[in-house]
Amino acid sequence: MEKFTLLESQAVPLPIEDIDTDQIIPARFLKATTREGFGDNLFRDWRFHPDGSPKADFILNNPVYQGAILVAGRNFGCGSSREHAAWAIADYGFKAVVSSFFADIFKGNALNNGLLPVTVSDEFLHHIFSAIEKNPAARMEINLENQTISISDTSEMTYFEMDPYKKICLLNGYDDIDFLLSQKDIISSFEKNRHFTFNPLT
Amino acid sequence: MAKTLFDKIWENHVVNTVEGGTAVLYIDRHFIHEVTSPQAFDGLGTRNIPVFRTGQTIATADHNVPTTNQHLPINEPLSKFQVDKLIENCANYGISLYGLGHPYQGIVHVIGPELGITQPGMTIVCGDSHTSTHGAFGCIAFGIGTSQVEQVLASQCLLQLKPKQMRINVEGTLNRGVTAKDIILYIISQLTASGGTGYFVEYAGSTIRNLSMEGRMTICNMSIEMGAKGGLIAPDEKTFEYIHGKKYAPKDADFEEAVNYWKTLPTDKDATFDVEFTFQASDIMPMVTYGTNPGMGIGIRQFIPQPTDPENRNSFDKSLAYMGLNAGDSLLGKEIQHVFIGSCTNSRMEDLRLVAAYVKGKQKAPHVTAMIVPGSKQVEAQVKSEGLDLIFKAAGFDFREPGCSACLGMNEDKIPASEYCVSTSNRNFEGRQGPGARTILASPLTAAAAAINGKIIDVSLD
Repeated sequence: MEKFTLLESQAVPLPIEDIDTDQIIPARFLKATTREGFGDNLFRDWRFHPDGSPKADFILNNPVYQGAILVAGRNFGCGSSREHAAWAIADYGFKAVVSSFFADIFKGNALNNGLLPVTVSDEFLHHIFSAIEKNPAARMEINLENQTISISDTSEMTYFEMDPYKKICLLNGYDDIDFLLSQKDIISSFEKNRHFTFNPLT
Repeated sequence: MAKTLFDKIWENHVVNTVEGGTAVLYIDRHFIHEVTSPQAFDGLGTRNIPVFRTGQTIATADHNVPTTNQHLPINEPLSKFQVDKLIENCANYGISLYGLGHPYQGIVHVIGPELGITQPGMTIVCGDSHTSTHGAFGCIAFGIGTSQVEQVLASQCLLQLKPKQMRINVEGTLNRGVTAKDIILYIISQLTASGGTGYFVEYAGSTIRNLSMEGRMTICNMSIEMGAKGGLIAPDEKTFEYIHGKKYAPKDADFEEAVNYWKTLPTDKDATFDVEFTFQASDIMPMVTYGTNPGMGIGIRQFIPQPTDPENRNSFDKSLAYMGLNAGDSLLGKEIQHVFIGSCTNSRMEDLRLVAAYVKGKQKAPHVTAMIVPGSKQVEAQVKSEGLDLIFKAAGFDFREPGCSACLGMNEDKIPASEYCVSTSNRNFEGRQGPGARTILASPLTAAAAAINGKIIDVSLD
């Protein structure tokens, strides 16, 4: 997994609440068996007409809005557990998503792919949207070590919460598999000493 | 100290604890399907990691399969490739597969319980958010992403922070025409589509206890639709009776031993929850959704509310514009074009018997297409053995073969743009049932009535 330390970038605003993973990547694009290429269909039905031509009023089709940070309304990533949603956002080029509230499974999926979910207050989220509305070129800085996000134009800054274990993983580019494989002896011993065991299916 | 059902199961599965309190949580059962597993197997292959416990993972093909002519090769090349990939991966890694053509094939959350794979006290995961369904048996069951599918295959464990706990009590006798689906749609409408985020929910109270196992599955199934990590219900005699004699259920003395253990699981009397809600069954009417998330639901005789939160105004307006509806409208009498009865929420025998009893001797409205997709091959066979398929056919319904179908519109079962579909599935998101499709979530009874009448009616008066 790629390391995440510091990100300084413009941001793309999507001030809509309850954006579900079916919007991020519709089910009909889940037929691929690799992790690559989902960015082409990110927000497919908001971004393109049925004939494939871009919808001019959608934010990703407006060249004024650029950058590696996606800023979205509360309850981002709700619905389906499809990790393809995190893959699509990362494949498109985003490195972080900022919202006032993330759905659990999406948050976990993002973290497992080096895509940083940054949870800020509703108020701070509003400030980010206002800053971008005033100046689409406004830049944000996300510092994972310090767990801070700041808006360059207004010098406003806030802290964000982060699971300490996942923070170590992101800063170092570790993934959970490496850690879990290192636990195999402990896992085997747990299996032998369980109070109640469910037999395997075979 | 008094413990909850969730605490007891959780504690029995903590292998180790790491930085910041994250637990290495042992997983008893892992279901996989064709859509969210191929990249996980690729990951194992790249690192040359074997599957750690092959006997605890079970596979089926459901999300991306056709629901007609399943005995023939899949037409659509990408879908065929994906389903073939599952067959190949299961063969290479020694995992049991109930694939197309197998008498146990079906929607993953339907086959687990009906085969007795799902049992109280277990931890169960699957790369699908409706894994919460299995919580109806008193287990910790939740949906995971593909990276986590890979982790479970590699280690039979996941790294998890213990969620907060919520209890939702529903008390009293249900009104006429109200089903388990209406209960959960009501709960979500009260708590919103994000009201359960960060929580694991225990459903309790007399109304819940009086539900059948299938009704309880419908309740737990939609826990994720309020953002909850999962939902569960204390196991009781009904649970034990349901499991007894199922293919993978413990047998004889083992069953007795298991029941003795399962009886220790329910929440202790003095246990406390981070948050608790109580609803009265008498307040619940047949429910319908009007918007584009499952929290946007109303009782059938209510009107679409006015937006109350100015911050949320854009999202609310966008949602109603998509649905072609207005604040203040009633859905009663709303003409619809499609009815979909199926999905892991409502495709079991109880649902289909309810539909059959309603449509028997009636005819669907001429302008409506009505599709019934059974949850599994076993459900399909049971429907046929009871002759319900003939009732469906006589009423003009299309009875198909098992799969996720129009719930997520991944195969060819899609609803055309801007047309209305009354659906027994779990999500009314934009485009969920096909680009531009307008989904109205409801119970199997309300859906059946909509098909017959060609419009939404109040089944409590029917």
